[in-house]
Amino acid sequence: MTAPQDETVLDIRNVTKTFGPVTALKDMTLSVKKGRVHTLIGENGAGKSTLMKILAGVHPQTSGEITFKGEPYRPKSPREARLSGLTIVFQELSLCRHMTVAENIFATHEPNRFGFIDDAELVRKAEELIEELGLPIKARAKVSQLSIARRQLVEIAKGLSYPADLVILDEPTSSLSESEAEILFSLIGRLKEKGVTVIYISHRMEEIMRLSDDITVIRDGELVGTMTREETSIDKLIAMMVGREMHDIYPPRVAPKPGPEVEPVLRVDGLNGGHLFHDVTFDARPGEVLGFFGLVGSGRSDVMNALFGVKRPEGGEIFLDGKKIRPRSPDDAIRQGIAFLTENRKEEGLVLAHTVERNINMVSLGEVSNAFGFARRSAERRAAEDEVARLTIKTDTIDTPAANLSGGNQQKIVLAKWLRIKPRILILDEPTRGVDVGAKFEIYRIIRQLAADGAAILMVSSDLPEVLGLSDRLVIMHDKKVANILDGEGLTPETVMTYAAGMQS
Amino acid sequence: MKSFVSKFTSAPAVREYGGIVASLIVLCVVFSVLSPRFLVFYNLLNIVQQVSVVAVLAFGMTYVILLGEIDLSVGSILAVAGMVAAQCFAIGLGFWPTLGLTLLSGAIMGAFNGVLAAYLLLPSFIVTVATMGIFRGLVSLPTGGLPAPINNDAWLAIGAENWLGLPIIIWIVLALFAFNFVLLAKTVFGRRAYLAGGNKEAAVYSGIRVKRIKVIIFTISGVMAAVGGILLSSRLGSAQTNAGLGYELDAIAAAVLGGTSLAGGVGTMVGTLLGALIIGIINNGMSLLSVPYFYQLIVKGLVILLAVWIDVRSKTNRG
Repeated sequence: MTAPQDETVLDIRNVTKTFGPVTALKDMTLSVKKGRVHTLIGENGAGKSTLMKILAGVHPQTSGEITFKGEPYRPKSPREARLSGLTIVFQELSLCRHMTVAENIFATHEPNRFGFIDDAELVRKAEELIEELGLPIKARAKVSQLSIARRQLVEIAKGLSYPADLVILDEPTSSLSESEAEILFSLIGRLKEKGVTVIYISHRMEEIMRLSDDITVIRDGELVGTMTREETSIDKLIAMMVGREMHDIYPPRVAPKPGPEVEPVLRVDGLNGGHLFHDVTFDARPGEVLGFFGLVGSGRSDVMNALFGVKRPEGGEIFLDGKKIRPRSPDDAIRQGIAFLTENRKEEGLVLAHTVERNINMVSLGEVSNAFGFARRSAERRAAEDEVARLTIKTDTIDTPAANLSGGNQQKIVLAKWLRIKPRILILDEPTRGVDVGAKFEIYRIIRQLAADGAAILMVSSDLPEVLGLSDRLVIMHDKKVANILDGEGLTPETVMTYAAGMQS
Repeated sequence: MKSFVSKFTSAPAVREYGGIVASLIVLCVVFSVLSPRFLVFYNLLNIVQQVSVVAVLAFGMTYVILLGEIDLSVGSILAVAGMVAAQCFAIGLGFWPTLGLTLLSGAIMGAFNGVLAAYLLLPSFIVTVATMGIFRGLVSLPTGGLPAPINNDAWLAIGAENWLGLPIIIWIVLALFAFNFVLLAKTVFGRRAYLAGGNKEAAVYSGIRVKRIKVIIFTISGVMAAVGGILLSSRLGSAQTNAGLGYELDAIAAAVLGGTSLAGGVGTMVGTLLGALIIGIINNGMSLLSVPYFYQLIVKGLVILLAVWIDVRSKTNRG
């Protein structure tokens, strides 16, 4: 599988990109060798996406030269980039939900006969491609019926339906489960064998170390360095990305972890969610981070939805402080002191077009208004200013629309909005998805602090190192049931995966 | 007119309302040049009076559109409300009971729309297309399609008399503007309406009872339409079965001209008031110039397209 080491397929020389007074990319020089997986890492806002957009033909560079396959390369549109053999798979889903997988894959280049779409040929070609890529998807399935993870795979198939010499994958695993990520990794392996070059963008260190041949770190629009995988380590990479040493990205405990003698604040007994989950029993103590790990489809998020009153369970009981509760709606759950940061912050967490301030006060409007239901302007602003300072949310003003902030800072806004109600139970579903390393560290620090302040934190995550790094105890789910509840200390990834994969019961 | 305009351009609101204020100024200049009778105090009063019914409907419509919904039944609710008033007087009820029942009829019809849209999960476009027909049909039930006269002096005074030098109708429009402005911009209810319109899912997950808000908002829209029915019937001295026909489109146009986004989450009462004024000025100016009605329709449509385009363009340039 060793490709020739020195044949450069993409050569970026001194590329600079400015938007008005802002320099997004500064004197970037980078050469990508043929048939290798070249990973690009950097915090959000480091300039990765600007570079990708230049390569994709979305906007041209201000200065500098790019050579692709030995020819000067300056695409005027994404279409032109694709025709010259460079394909980008973006992380944002751009599929038409009501159309089939096949229709989506060939959305812009359907096989046609005199302008009419040849449906049989379309499905045949899609099936061929899906098989070649080894994806567990049916060509005739409607996209709306697929999980987010499967949709991401369709997105990748769509990108690879064009003949490509260079494929750029922008955070392809951010919504994939371990098993689907495996499918992607073997796919990348096959692309390499065919001599296709892959530029890979990701925040997940483990997979970066596993997949990459070469790794380039950028920070603040500038190149920090390029090295081969053998020359580097996770610690080194993180230090290069954030520009400071960070020996352990999981911050230490602020308070001692609550032992079994502490009375649980939340007790869930035999909770049953129809076909979504069965017989889920666990408890959570104040001051504890209770991790939830399981493969996608194991029912983790569905249990959280039931606790938050989004979908009523069909059986079983929930006790808060020993008192039985039946959350009928999110509104009801919130009044009981339960908060829920969902896994989709853009869809369920934020009103993107509204300001940081409005988003922060979204849940706690009662706190910033008077008895007659009038909003108190000064209280609203003060609350938002306080949270922005406390969680170090990077924003120009509290009147900036949430859409303008980076993923990490958006996530902090969602956290802030829940912290306003001082929840007793804080449910975090994938709290660091699509969040850069610096913000991740701060979110971990906040989680620790909240636990120390006495909240019980239920943290669902697909990121195994994160779950291991933070959980006091860990609930492992497999096939819609609780497979085991383990003490967080001394757990190895292998043990957890064994339970999560159902290989031990 | 100048001081009126400068009041709005001096504020930071100039960014928000820049496009629409510019359109207002251009229209005023054009009509002042073309007709010496346009820029006269009495004509300006006239404009506000003529557009009062549309303005009141548009106040209600602003909440509805803000929520990402639409209410096409307001013209029909207006007509039913007028007929309810006429029937109340016919059976000998006094002014205040009639006023109460008329407003209540609007609230009931609006709530009906809201419940169907919120709890039966029917798209509001379909619900209100249906109720637009149903309510329009209901108007004719008491009289078999004939107009019903209204003889109550107090009721007729609303549309005919002045208070402190201004027509009562204008005071009512101003009062309702103030009420709706405060409700939308200054209260927790208003905040929730914006959030629910901006992202329904996020609002639900934040504990906002979006369905309840939807019912309340359609009820407000119904009540505003009933007020429109009161104003119109008092000016005409009767309840007409075809009263308010097509007014829903002018109300929607006023709200959208005023910057209310059909996608939800964006919009203000100030904008809607300005939008209603634009519609009033176009109608009035062209009538003064004796432009045939069908030309007025064409020009009005074009002005709406132009104003919305300017607005969209200025907003995309910014962000």
